[in-house]
Amino acid sequence: MPDSHVDVEVRLLMEAIYAKYSQDFREYAGSSQKRRVLYALQKLDCDTISTLQSKVLHDPTIFQQLMQILTIPFSEMFRDPAFFLALREHVMPVLRTYPSLKIWIAGCSTGEEVYSLAILLKEEELLARTILYATDINPAVLEKARQGIYPLESLRHYTTNYQAAGGKAAFSDYYTAAYNAGRFDRSLVENVTFADHSLATDSVFSEVHLVLCRNVLIYFQKTLQDRALGLFHESLCHRGFLGLGTKESLDFSGYAEHFEPVVKQERIFRKR
Amino acid sequence: MTSTFAELTAAASHDVDLVVIGGSAGGVQALLALLQPLPSNYALPIVALLHMPEDRSSRLPEVFGYRLAMPVREARDKEPIAPSTVYFAPPGYHLSIEQDNSFSLSGEDPVYFSRPSIDVLMASAADARGPRVAGILLTGASSDGAAGLGRIKAAGGLAVVQDPAQAQVPTMPQAAIDHTAPDLVLPLNDIHTLLLMLGTPP
Repeated sequence: MPDSHVDVEVRLLMEAIYAKYSQDFREYAGSSQKRRVLYALQKLDCDTISTLQSKVLHDPTIFQQLMQILTIPFSEMFRDPAFFLALREHVMPVLRTYPSLKIWIAGCSTGEEVYSLAILLKEEELLARTILYATDINPAVLEKARQGIYPLESLRHYTTNYQAAGGKAAFSDYYTAAYNAGRFDRSLVENVTFADHSLATDSVFSEVHLVLCRNVLIYFQKTLQDRALGLFHESLCHRGFLGLGTKESLDFSGYAEHFEPVVKQERIFRKR
Repeated sequence: MTSTFAELTAAASHDVDLVVIGGSAGGVQALLALLQPLPSNYALPIVALLHMPEDRSSRLPEVFGYRLAMPVREARDKEPIAPSTVYFAPPGYHLSIEQDNSFSLSGEDPVYFSRPSIDVLMASAADARGPRVAGILLTGASSDGAAGLGRIKAAGGLAVVQDPAQAQVPTMPQAAIDHTAPDLVLPLNDIHTLLLMLGTPP
């Protein structure tokens, strides 16, 4: 199919954003990106993508708003409980053998997974000797992640997830409820560094024992997916672990041979 | 509603390389009736999306795998679409077709309370493959799919709707008929004949 004018305009918009703001969305998957841009036209009251591009270039606050639309939050605590149960049963026993641990949560969005993992580490008595890096390209979601405040109505669902994930305590022990929200215990994120990091443009910053990057690669084209996997591979220590989203796969990447499955069904891999 | 053999033949002259089928309530039965008689070497890829509770829809590839002659798989992110294969949309994600003829998944908000959404799948197929898509909408109790089928038709593809009078739940096919004039409104056995004709080059 030849490119429609919409495809051309989306591509130009991403070039403009990269040139002006150094945020690289140029190799994001085409169909979801196009839907997000068309949705942004409605939300930001623009008739055409070219109009949106002009506004984005001239007004950084419009770019900030567009950024919230282009990045898709898709997170809940202990999402896919079986994944966290598998982490607990198959990965924690190995991590326990290290005197100190480093973990990278790439694309942490609003932080649900950070608090989930911190709770898991605490119950496995590993939190005190772990440094966590929680990174995202979006400063607004990083700020939410730092705060760790989630609506009470979500917490009911998270409680069910937590129990299914093999939780050892009462979930409510980890947060303080007030004003229809729960604020998670600060001690959980004492050792967490929240930082701005782009899988598209930045490089490796530390050697880690475990990388979690769940439901991020689905928004990338193959070339960008491989760049991200390259960063994870480089960052991981000898025999380090990688956890992906439940419907993500290494099979269609250049890194299938570089990792072996540990719990295949839950997409937990180990560096060969 | 009945259609003449001439109408079917005319529709089958469409040069199609991808079939996308959506359905909701009653969809498992209808889809089985449609796909069970297809031969194992049926040429075209078929991408099926049925609205199901999340915990049950993950079993669709297994359920259909036992009953179909064609190979059946769950569509995976970035997987190139192979011919002669039935793919099911995995639960909890939107499924799209990309320009390079591969699948992609996404966690965008549900459409008509559904994720995966037929509208999202069909619109992406129309974008990626244009006139070479056949879209088929079956029985269902939702309006999901009407806009997507409209996109397939607008891109020059073939838009087919199960005859609401014969559908277990007529809402979905009727919504599609009201939204966009489909090329054909057919009972299941005629849709099956059309599939055979589309998959058998002259």
